[in-house]
Amino acid sequence: MAIRYEIDERQIVTLTLDMEGRSANVLGRELMEPFSKAIADLEAEQALAGVILTSAKKDFLAGADIDQIFAMTEAAQVMEMAEAFKSLARRLETLGKPVVAALNGSALGGGLELALACHHRIVLSNPRIKIGLPEVKLGLLPGGGGTQRLPRMLGLKEALPLLLEGREMNPEAALQRGLVDEIAETPEAMMAAARAWIEANRHPAKPWDVKGFRWPGGDSKKPDNAQMWAIAPAMLYQKSRGNYPAAKNILSCVYEGSWVDFDTACRIESRYFTHCVVSPQAKNMITALWYQLNGIKKGGSRPSEPARQQVRKVGVLGAGMMGAGIADVAARAGIDVVLKDVTKSQAEKGKDVARAQLEKRVRRNKMTAEEREAVLARILTTDHAADLQGCDLVIEAVFEDRELKAKVTAEAEARIDEQAIFASNTSTLPITGLAKASKRPGNFIGLHFFSPVSAMPLVEIIKGEETSQETLAKAFDFVLQIRKTPIVVNDSRGFYTSRVFSTYVQEGMALLREGQHPAALEAAGLDAGMPVGPLALTDEVSLSLIHHILEQTRRDFEAEGREAPEHPADAVVYTMVDRLDRVGKKAGAGFYDYPENGAKHLWPELRKHFPQAEQQLPQAEVIERLMFIQAIETVRCMEEGVLNSVADANLGSIFGWGFPPFKGGTLQFINDYGLSEFAARAEALAARWGDRFLPPASLKEKASAGATFA
Amino acid sequence: MTEAYIYDAVRTPRGKGKKDGSLHEVKPIDLLTPLFGALRERNNLDTAKVEDVVLGCVTPIGEQGGNIARIAVLYAGWDQAVPGQTLNRFCASGLEAVNLAAAKVGSGQEDLVVAGGVESMSRIKMSSDGGAWFLDPRINGDTAFIPQGVSADLIATLEGFPRAELDAFAARSHRKAAHARDNGHFDNSLIPVRDLNGLPILEVDETIRPETTPESIAKLKPSFQMPGEMGFDLHARRKYPQLERIEHVHHAGNSSGIVDGAALTLIGNGRIGEELGLRPRARIRGYAAVGDEPTIMLTGPAPASRKALGKAGLTAGDIDLWEINEAFAAVVLKAQRELGIDEDRINVNGGAIALGHPLGATGAMLLGTAVDELERRDKQFALVTLCVGAGMGVATVIERI
Repeated sequence: MAIRYEIDERQIVTLTLDMEGRSANVLGRELMEPFSKAIADLEAEQALAGVILTSAKKDFLAGADIDQIFAMTEAAQVMEMAEAFKSLARRLETLGKPVVAALNGSALGGGLELALACHHRIVLSNPRIKIGLPEVKLGLLPGGGGTQRLPRMLGLKEALPLLLEGREMNPEAALQRGLVDEIAETPEAMMAAARAWIEANRHPAKPWDVKGFRWPGGDSKKPDNAQMWAIAPAMLYQKSRGNYPAAKNILSCVYEGSWVDFDTACRIESRYFTHCVVSPQAKNMITALWYQLNGIKKGGSRPSEPARQQVRKVGVLGAGMMGAGIADVAARAGIDVVLKDVTKSQAEKGKDVARAQLEKRVRRNKMTAEEREAVLARILTTDHAADLQGCDLVIEAVFEDRELKAKVTAEAEARIDEQAIFASNTSTLPITGLAKASKRPGNFIGLHFFSPVSAMPLVEIIKGEETSQETLAKAFDFVLQIRKTPIVVNDSRGFYTSRVFSTYVQEGMALLREGQHPAALEAAGLDAGMPVGPLALTDEVSLSLIHHILEQTRRDFEAEGREAPEHPADAVVYTMVDRLDRVGKKAGAGFYDYPENGAKHLWPELRKHFPQAEQQLPQAEVIERLMFIQAIETVRCMEEGVLNSVADANLGSIFGWGFPPFKGGTLQFINDYGLSEFAARAEALAARWGDRFLPPASLKEKASAGATFA
Repeated sequence: MTEAYIYDAVRTPRGKGKKDGSLHEVKPIDLLTPLFGALRERNNLDTAKVEDVVLGCVTPIGEQGGNIARIAVLYAGWDQAVPGQTLNRFCASGLEAVNLAAAKVGSGQEDLVVAGGVESMSRIKMSSDGGAWFLDPRINGDTAFIPQGVSADLIATLEGFPRAELDAFAARSHRKAAHARDNGHFDNSLIPVRDLNGLPILEVDETIRPETTPESIAKLKPSFQMPGEMGFDLHARRKYPQLERIEHVHHAGNSSGIVDGAALTLIGNGRIGEELGLRPRARIRGYAAVGDEPTIMLTGPAPASRKALGKAGLTAGDIDLWEINEAFAAVVLKAQRELGIDEDRINVNGGAIALGHPLGATGAMLLGTAVDELERRDKQFALVTLCVGAGMGVATVIERI
């Protein structure tokens, strides 16, 4: 049985969740049936004193069974499931006897919702235990009464951020917030406290089940709550741009639920929950952020041999922003770091950057001062290559200059073992070319980190022509070891992320050149779900860098006797850099002005140099172009073998440059749109805006075969 | 269509809509009672002849809820045969009541109707009735709700009205209102509010500040910058993506005042006027209500005016006097620009920036002001129009007899 039912001499029943053949308890059909039976048995008990609900697994209950949620596409079916669970939880809540949740481990999502239906919650003291309602992160909402119980327990204003942000808390924070009532030091103490509470509270009832219930912090009519409701959607829009129905549905659940009794409110919640479960946004998010991400973490793109290994000591060459960031994340993962620069003081400066990062974590209570010192102690700063001795891995993060990189490669290789691997953190230079400077090109690989390293979750692993499978496996393991997500790509101009990302900024510039209003096209980028508008992003990348790459590319093609492909954005880059000397954010002047005291704003003269077209494109078409171009370029990367996995494509786009998660990544975007529809629309866009929109052959083949990117 | 005539128009003075305002002590129904009395006495009216009372009220809850029109009729001692109804067209409710009365008369189904409005903003707070638009996050979000002040700032930004221009307009409103008050232009319609002993509570409009200059209000802080920056600006930009930012230029000094007040008009056909010995003062030539883009919200006056003018067979150039409600300075300037009107024909006795805007009553007040001023200036046509919440506009064209 998935639930053990044990009654003791004091007539206290302990229900222990312990699903067979699974490492964790999940809420789904397998649990519902025994749960239903257990409740019927409780109701039939003659002399029941109370109930303790706990688990035999590491976690209490990790949430809903995502497989079942993902598979459901029929509204009626979802509604029925949600209502069934809620009615069981409600029967427990209105049993008339005390029910205590003894949280021996994490209670997330439906797990926490079940605990909220209990009358009292005691959690084990263990900072690894997580308490929270993270449903929103997969495009869902707490459909087990969570959107109703939490506001009635904590108040509207307190509950909303927990529901909308899906924050997971440790027991201490959960106690402070009022999600749990007690913390126990040991499992025995927890069970004893549960029994004691039962003895002391013979007939508990929830406040909302008692006549005269008053909302903590007031109901929706209370003027400051009414003000909150009036501005909440606008505030939410700043974050979601209307792209996340789950967040919007959470607001509706809490608001509409606040006008009616608890049971009616729960039914309203089920309807919005259902709406989320069958939404394409949830399916996209679950596809990418659950299935594909889990697949990557299990080593989907890693060679099966050799077995997983750990890096013990890493060398980082160059203590600039990137080098310092890499040193920081590696040291935090328990790896010894040798941070080398040309002078000791330069290297120390890099360590200071790491120190500042760590300090922030201490201030935010994510780390203790002792932990900070331990991490810093792992970072050795030096100007001697000899200190690299014993490194399993050396990562160079020096300036993007082939000669310099060749020099540091040789210097490091002279000091490290033959089995050690050497990685270049380049974002632009082909790895195969850089590997020519290596004595052991088989051990040479690209590790493309993103800035700022501590915040960006992705590392793009680039295989050179001669990179060995062993090297790839080691690099992959290292990325997981520093708790980043690895994607694996083959060597090619711009690799995957830079190449596809640049299509977005280029399309933005092309639209500007066509005479789209710059503010409108920036808004289109944000409305599409991208984190930054294309022009602002161009400024951040810097127009001079793009100019430099254009020139370099042109020379490279010329050297091969070919003509470099032209993009309508190129002329914009040349105008901005050569004629107007507006090279980007660092210079304080690009598409935007960057006043010293105040927010950036679009350069007023932009419209003089790129006159506005009389007929402005509808925003929807601008959005479409900005999204399609990224998806099409990704298909080309698949077709050319730059990418080998759909998961890598999707997660690389979401984690690498912020492609909107609600679309599930660049390839899932096409699945969601429908491949045939996408191909047809791309043809139409190509006819009007240029061949860059032409659907690649492989896409059309897939479409006619009725396949998807999976 | 039967012609609808305006036989009379009365109003209370407008009292500052806060607890230190003179009318705060007066219940909403007691704002109406003296006006019912005045209509009866001034016209020697057999109240049994009145076939309906239509009153605008924007926050019809609490003391001014529960259909205050019918209760006011009974409490004022009018004949019990007179029914009453309350309507809500937001800020144009008072004018909408007039237009509905004109339609009732015009249709031939009723001969004599009282139309007006009431709002005690000091006692019943604006928006305290909630409502789906303001309160329900789903409706609010889907339709890009923003507060009216942000809408006014949006208009100013799109039209390029600088703060100084709005402030200058506001100062002129006070100057014109003071001049009108001091020269008795309001006297014909103004009915003082008295207590039960007959002691005066308020006899003149309370919020006119003739000393106002553009300079004196230049330092006032923009009222809608904070809510704008908290998210409403972005809601506005969803509809106007070409705007990079909203300029927050409206403030307490160039927006309508929050006040308490009430107004009534007497509307009827020619035959009943003859029967009761009433002198028609003006005829209602055309009227219209329109819907417009709800986020910018306050651009309804121009399309409503054009529609009403069309019904009247007139053009903007024919109108001698315009009453465009001064909800916010930019609203008037925008309507003026769109309709191509000279400023010397607009709000010649000042407007709501100086006098205040008692939401449900304002439209009927402006109508009375227009009739008085047509007579005083010996002019023919006037047009009254108001911007309306959620993107509407209402207008009425009248012709002096």
